[in-house]
Amino acid sequence: MNAAPSARIDVRKTYKLYIGGAFPRSESGHSYAVHDTKGAFVANAALASRKDARDAVTAARKAFPGWSGRTAYNRAQILYRVAEVMEDRRPQFLEAVRQSEGLSAARAEKAVDEAIDRLVWYAGWADKITQVVGNANPVAGPFFNLSTAEPTGVVAVLAPQTSSLLGLIHVVAPAVVTGNTAVVVSSYERPLPAVTFAEVLATSDVPGGVVNILTGSAATIGPWLASHMDVNGIDLTGIAGDTDLATALEVAAADNLKRVRRPPTAEPDWTLDPGTGPMTAFLETKTVWHPIGV
Amino acid sequence: MVTDKNAAGTAATTEETGDHEMKSNVFTYAPAPESRSIVDIKASYGLFVNGEFVDGAGKAFKTINPATEEVLAEVAEADEADVDRAVKAARRAYDRVWSKLSGRERAKYLYRIARIIQERSRELAVLESIDNGKPIKESRDVDVPIVAAHFFYYAGWADKLEYSGYGGGNPQPLGVAGQIIPWNFPLLMLAWKIAPALACGNTVVLKPAETTPLTALLFAEICQQADLPPGVVNIITGAGETGRALVSHPDVDKVAFTGSTDVGKAIARAVAGTEKKMTLELGGKAANIVFDDAPIDQAVEGIVDGIFFNQGHVCCAGSRLLVQESVADELLERLKRRMATLRVGDPLDKNTDIGAINSAEQLERIRELSAVGDAEGAERWSPPGDLPQHGFWFPPTIFTGVSQAHRIAREEIFGPVLSVLTFRTPAEAVEKANNTPYGLSAGVWTDKGSRILKIANELRAGVVWANTFNKFDPTSPFGGYKESGHGREGGRHGLEGYLK
Repeated sequence: MNAAPSARIDVRKTYKLYIGGAFPRSESGHSYAVHDTKGAFVANAALASRKDARDAVTAARKAFPGWSGRTAYNRAQILYRVAEVMEDRRPQFLEAVRQSEGLSAARAEKAVDEAIDRLVWYAGWADKITQVVGNANPVAGPFFNLSTAEPTGVVAVLAPQTSSLLGLIHVVAPAVVTGNTAVVVSSYERPLPAVTFAEVLATSDVPGGVVNILTGSAATIGPWLASHMDVNGIDLTGIAGDTDLATALEVAAADNLKRVRRPPTAEPDWTLDPGTGPMTAFLETKTVWHPIGV
Repeated sequence: MVTDKNAAGTAATTEETGDHEMKSNVFTYAPAPESRSIVDIKASYGLFVNGEFVDGAGKAFKTINPATEEVLAEVAEADEADVDRAVKAARRAYDRVWSKLSGRERAKYLYRIARIIQERSRELAVLESIDNGKPIKESRDVDVPIVAAHFFYYAGWADKLEYSGYGGGNPQPLGVAGQIIPWNFPLLMLAWKIAPALACGNTVVLKPAETTPLTALLFAEICQQADLPPGVVNIITGAGETGRALVSHPDVDKVAFTGSTDVGKAIARAVAGTEKKMTLELGGKAANIVFDDAPIDQAVEGIVDGIFFNQGHVCCAGSRLLVQESVADELLERLKRRMATLRVGDPLDKNTDIGAINSAEQLERIRELSAVGDAEGAERWSPPGDLPQHGFWFPPTIFTGVSQAHRIAREEIFGPVLSVLTFRTPAEAVEKANNTPYGLSAGVWTDKGSRILKIANELRAGVVWANTFNKFDPTSPFGGYKESGHGREGGRHGLEGYLK
């Protein structure tokens, strides 16, 4: 009889993609090694392919009518629920952020706290943004005339490369709180907090397909998403600083006139109030007329 | 005096025999032409740069009256150097004058312009109808009044921008706006572009369409009469090359374009990777949905307004009629009766309902797509009647038996041609209405309020007209979803594209 090992062997997690509410591996069979900031191996992450991106767009499109058709109150509650579950999993996020970003314990705590609080902030916007950006229009005639905000549709999101969790929340929450569905490409070198976030989404009443998360390279997957004819908008924040790629993606996005959120020159300070811009970038204004008295 | 609506009512009651011959006597009108003596068209026009008319270095082109093919004037073409001069003039005016002026003072210039437009409204309307081909009753009663109203509306915003909700409470102008407008509503599109730009503190270089430059050049004179500081508004004439030079000029901070989706995409590619802000108002293939409980005579009027207004040269035209199957036959019968009363002819005749097609090129496109409709098996119908011998004309036309796969159900014809499709359920109506890459406008006709709101919610379009169609107002934002464009023009929302 063999001698039993003196310590328990831990069960390691497989980090997978998140598409349509499920956790598939990349259909390509590719993965890539993820290291911490000191260069030590942490895990293999799925390397999303063009086909994965297309599957994610299909899932996002399928989820769009249901998600955009929910009441704003319901979307608010679901996003708030995501924050609750994140709070519950705080130790796990702290570890993931510390490992990914090489932060001290105190700074990792600040990043996670800020991410959760920002999500709570966005949850509250669900049933307010239309009141802030819509209005009644006093037309010169006997007509009721009202302008309201509606989601643009399926939005591709290239998440920030540096801020793996807080930055991620800053681009995902504004897109989906207003009723869009999203295909998100995580930070390439720091993808693991995004996968943990996907696991939170899967357990907090977010319908499958509303947020799809691909781990891999924005430079590889971005062009497919930018030129995809069933994607309505693209947030290029994740390629901040890469002006050539940003220009190429904006050119590709013109094929179906996607709404493009151009990248900043460098990643901003994510602790600052983002304003309503990240939400209005992917909102349409619909104006409805009806005669009065006829 | 018989108004249009009464005439339609009469037709409905006396038309039991279905005899169009008999009825045509009832609707014989003596010509009532508007005098063109009020306009003074010069033999040639230059560019309006820095407050003065100057020569253009490009090859001058002719603008014609599409109703007669008469040459109206020769117009200068701006080449790249001319565009550069105009942008420099706008930049200088922005730096030295316009950006330093308070909103309160800017407002007064815009109010002046609005007033002069009202004072010279008849002249503007006649000139617009001559150069564009649209009926005088539309240029006189729709285009020009809304142009004046648009300047009046945005004048009032100039000193209230901090209340607009944009620019984080301290909104700032962008700088120089390069603006390109189409030929279907030449003066109205000019107003949609220039009024908000100036109100927000920007200066502009505007290029009107090559087939309809005259009212923009008359507007330049109005700027002179208003003593608008030189360079705040510059008007450059030319075609695609001139437009390209303007869009790609490195010192332009904002590009605003109304026109075709193809050109809109080219512009989006051209500004990619720059800091330029962009608004695009592009094509459409709007569904006009009629349910079985709709007030049918009102719906017929709305369908006619939707597709035959301005010869159908309207990006938000209701060019796809979706009618519920159970009322399709009755509706089409009444629509045909109403179409038989439409008068096609001299744009300056006050009785005219449908004027001239704007250009030979556009007429060719309408003919070509209509021929495709025939070839694909749809059934074409136009009311009997002769068209004028000279000029560019196309009769009001409907195609029935159209399926979603037909090109006339998918492509923008931009003419007086309606494609008729049917549906059975509200879900099917919405599905068909949204089955297009466009998303500019849509119409819904029903007496049931809750159905209106449900359908309006589900339509992916920037403007939804319920129990009405083709209504425009300066306070009401206009613009599309999907490939119909980016951003909104009009209303408070129209400020966003000109502020940071």
